[in-house]
Amino acid sequence: MNAADRNEASEIELLLPWHAAGTLSARDAQRVEAALADDPELANRYEAVREELGQTIELNETLGAPSARVMAELFAKIDAEPERRPHLSVTLTARVREFFASRSPRTLAWSASAAALAIMLQAGVIGGILLKDHGGGRSTETFETASAVMSAPGNGSYAMVRFQSKANMDDITQFLEANKLMIVGGPAAGGLYRVMVDKTKLQRDALVDRIKQLQQNKVIGFIAAQTE
Amino acid sequence: MQTTSDEVLIGRIAGGDRLAMQVLFARHHVRVYRFVLRLVRNEATAEDLISEVFLDVWRQAAKFEGRSAVSTWILSMARFKALSSLRRRTEDELDDETAGTIEDPGDDPETVLAKKDKGAALRQCLEKLSAEHREIVDLVYYHEKSVAEVSVIVGIPEATVKTRMFYARKKLSELLKEHGIDRGWP
Repeated sequence: MNAADRNEASEIELLLPWHAAGTLSARDAQRVEAALADDPELANRYEAVREELGQTIELNETLGAPSARVMAELFAKIDAEPERRPHLSVTLTARVREFFASRSPRTLAWSASAAALAIMLQAGVIGGILLKDHGGGRSTETFETASAVMSAPGNGSYAMVRFQSKANMDDITQFLEANKLMIVGGPAAGGLYRVMVDKTKLQRDALVDRIKQLQQNKVIGFIAAQTE
Repeated sequence: MQTTSDEVLIGRIAGGDRLAMQVLFARHHVRVYRFVLRLVRNEATAEDLISEVFLDVWRQAAKFEGRSAVSTWILSMARFKALSSLRRRTEDELDDETAGTIEDPGDDPETVLAKKDKGAALRQCLEKLSAEHREIVDLVYYHEKSVAEVSVIVGIPEATVKTRMFYARKKLSELLKEHGIDRGWP
């Protein structure tokens, strides 16, 4: 882009097509709106952008659709593929995706471990739980309350987990695989998941040790062992 | 009514769920077809290519990392296949085909009529943009892709995405001016 164009194309003007399409962030959209309100010439150019948007949609919509043969041929090829036996990692990935898809953006954005803890305590629903807050400090604290947020079963050992908001799906999947964990419930308030940490019922001390080991992982924002 | 997200469908497809594949195909195949058709300008080729794209979705679903939207991932694969297909054609073939699609810029009766209909003129000029400019205009306006998503699909930095769109729009204005429509910019 030469100097003349650079002057001509202000940062705001460059964003006009995305503003018309509604794909800007809220912050950028506000910047553009403010500029449009102050600059009639820019507002005129924005009208031109909106015309382009409308006509591009109209043009594309006249292109028609592919014939039915595409779907028929595609699924014939798929049916001819070797039968797929999902690997453990695939099923885990699918489960993690489904859990993430069910989380609200607000829950996803929640990063304060203390907030999750506060919700649980306010609700008064945690039964015999050992809590570790990565964001708060180094010590492990023990809380005893009335009942369980999700009922503890007779078999197996379980924990309540909230993943770090920055952890991506791959990290979480690898963590679950490496530690032979399985998500069995959630998300509950504060983005908490119920995770089976062992198929057998571990002794309390063994469970505490297991939780201490798991809480070292970077994907963990919060973990609490669920005991009866 | 809540629909199953694309990400969830991909997870199920990775596990071999044929029904999830049908849902995903039904949801995206028309737009992907139109995106490819605008690049290759041949309906039969576009149909063959989208069949290949969705077969790759089936085969590679387990590798989908969720770093971008599923539609962005699919459009990236479609673009790669469309460009590879174009590269496979000989220059002669390209010349023959494009000669049939590019209209004379002179004031033929259709163009005269188009002057009276700004919308039609705009659509005609959108067709005359280069493949590079057509692609970015379609991605932004029709496929509703953000700057970051276009950057992923086309494989260029976000700043280049913005300036390429600016130049595409500038070229569009120049083409409109040739059709007798002056937008006052550039």
